[in-house]
Amino acid sequence: MKEVISTTKGTVVSKTVDMKKDGYRFVTMSCVELDADTVDILYHFDRDLHLKHLRLTIQKKEAVPSVSLVYFAAFLVENEIQDQFGIRFDGLVLDYERTLYLEKEAPDAPYCRISVSRDVKSGED
Amino acid sequence: MARTIIPFGPQHQVFPEPIHLKLVLEDEIVKEVVPALGYVHRGLEMLADVRDFHQMIQICERVCGICSTIHAQCYCQGIEELMGIEIPDRARFLRVIWAEIHRVQSHLLWLGLFADAFGFESLFMQCWKIREKIMDINEATGGNRVNPSINIIGGVKRDMNPDMAQWVLTQLDLVEKEVNHLEKVLLNDYTVKKRTVGKGVLTREKAMELGAVGPTLRGSGVEQDIRQIGYAAYGELAHRPVVGIDGDAYSRNRVRFLETLQAIALVREAVSKLPAGDISVKVKGKPEGEVVTRVEQPRGELMYYIKGNGGKNLDRLRIRTPTFANIPPLLSMLPGIELADVPVIVLSIDPCISCTER
Amino acid sequence: MFDMTPNILRNFFHKSSTRLYPKETRQAFGNARGELYNEIEACIFCRTCARKCPSQCITVDTKEATWQCDPFVCVYCGVCVENCPKKCLHQKNDYRKPVTDKEIIFMKGETKKKKCEGDPQET
Ligand code: SF4
Ligand code: SF4
Repeated sequence: MKEVISTTKGTVVSKTVDMKKDGYRFVTMSCVELDADTVDILYHFDRDLHLKHLRLTIQKKEAVPSVSLVYFAAFLVENEIQDQFGIRFDGLVLDYERTLYLEKEAPDAPYCRISVSRDVKSGED
Repeated sequence: MARTIIPFGPQHQVFPEPIHLKLVLEDEIVKEVVPALGYVHRGLEMLADVRDFHQMIQICERVCGICSTIHAQCYCQGIEELMGIEIPDRARFLRVIWAEIHRVQSHLLWLGLFADAFGFESLFMQCWKIREKIMDINEATGGNRVNPSINIIGGVKRDMNPDMAQWVLTQLDLVEKEVNHLEKVLLNDYTVKKRTVGKGVLTREKAMELGAVGPTLRGSGVEQDIRQIGYAAYGELAHRPVVGIDGDAYSRNRVRFLETLQAIALVREAVSKLPAGDISVKVKGKPEGEVVTRVEQPRGELMYYIKGNGGKNLDRLRIRTPTFANIPPLLSMLPGIELADVPVIVLSIDPCISCTER
Repeated sequence: MFDMTPNILRNFFHKSSTRLYPKETRQAFGNARGELYNEIEACIFCRTCARKCPSQCITVDTKEATWQCDPFVCVYCGVCVENCPKKCLHQKNDYRKPVTDKEIIFMKGETKKKKCEGDPQET
């Protein structure tokens, strides 16, 4: 991973818009758990077989602004991250309310390490 | 006109795998589509927590049954990049050979399923009959029909001696001959054209914007193929992406048909250029750091994000399969078409739902 | 219009593409990875196979000198065979025959003397 640009919650959408203006294709997003409270969200873009990434480090409890209004294709992966890591996205064009893969009564964040997902739960209570 | 909602799937005759589409219809015309996934979600990515990074190869292979070799290749490529391993030249070529054999197999499977989607039963059977030869090649060279499992970190597991290579080539000659017999049917037949031409059009701009990959993208006239990066041995082989212009189901069908022939040609070329030498290198150490690798699967671009922490388990393994990227374009193809054409168009992106959900 | 017809006619005058299984079977390929078996006399119960197996279907008990494998979990990848230090694990070229009940391959060998016990082939 060579070209990684860090962003913050405030700038991620505008940076994505810039990417789109530059003619980048949205590849996908990856969510990586860093520790009990923080996750990295990586946005991958491609132009002429050349990859570029944005990195956004956030607290698990924070809501992330959705980029699905910029790139419609992002709605699927954002819903997936909602399901798997329990992170909320604001302004999703199509919000499955965490039922893309999961049942309603499923645990909060099945893809976080077990101890962590308990933490998240007690934090919400 | 009253709006009707028709649940399409999860069990539907044309779907080999379960996906659910909520179709909002006005009369016979689709107005809106909402997909629902989650019927075959297996959580394979999280198995990286309990299996070590060597064992993950077999798990990655099982993300998708039809492109298993290519999944393992992508995974191994990523780990090799993390650990700074240079694989031997012979292994690079062997990986191409098996990957392209796999592509022929996958495309033949799809051509059959596609024919089945518009009710061309004899064409379906014919494609699958041809495909059986490829499965035999897989078994004879790799060891298993579906998951030849030849990729390991640091190279490949099995070698191909000249006799074996010759046998593979003669088998492929037979396959090519039979595929050529089908050219007229797949590209010119009245039934095929009637059901596919002008159906499910995806324009070039839309395809780029919605992030389509693989034959779906190339069918819309974008000349992009991850093999152009030249991973494995593709840099040393003559390869140009096949592109269609119209972006309809017929165009995607044509791209896949021509790619089948191209893949056979690539195997021939790779065998003729196969260098001598070792097939694998010894691997020491553990992966550390993060990497994104991509390869071209029969369905399109496959992306692996791997993060290692220097231990034997990976921190995170993220797999973005081509069908996952092709679902948003599919949603834009469907509105405005007739209900009877929905199966053909859904199949035209070559959906692989198990890989989408992993 | 009738582009498929030549193919259909060709198939008519060709021998059948399918076999009358199980009456008629194809000979297995020499490289195929089929049924797993263990030459239990040579096995030193080092557990390498159990540790390396991606589907974790092998259970080895060093003390009791038993080796068991669940053939319905095994994916026939051959990793255990490659890693066995004694080369006592093998794969036949034929697949297991279908059965009506699930079963577990259970093998008991001799408990080895001291010298082999601490031979855990770490990698
Ligand atoms: S690796 Fe070989 S010697 Fe060791 S327990 Fe398994 S079968 Fe026995
Ligand atoms: S063949 Fe593979 S799955 Fe089967 S026992 Fe050996 S290592 Fe395990």
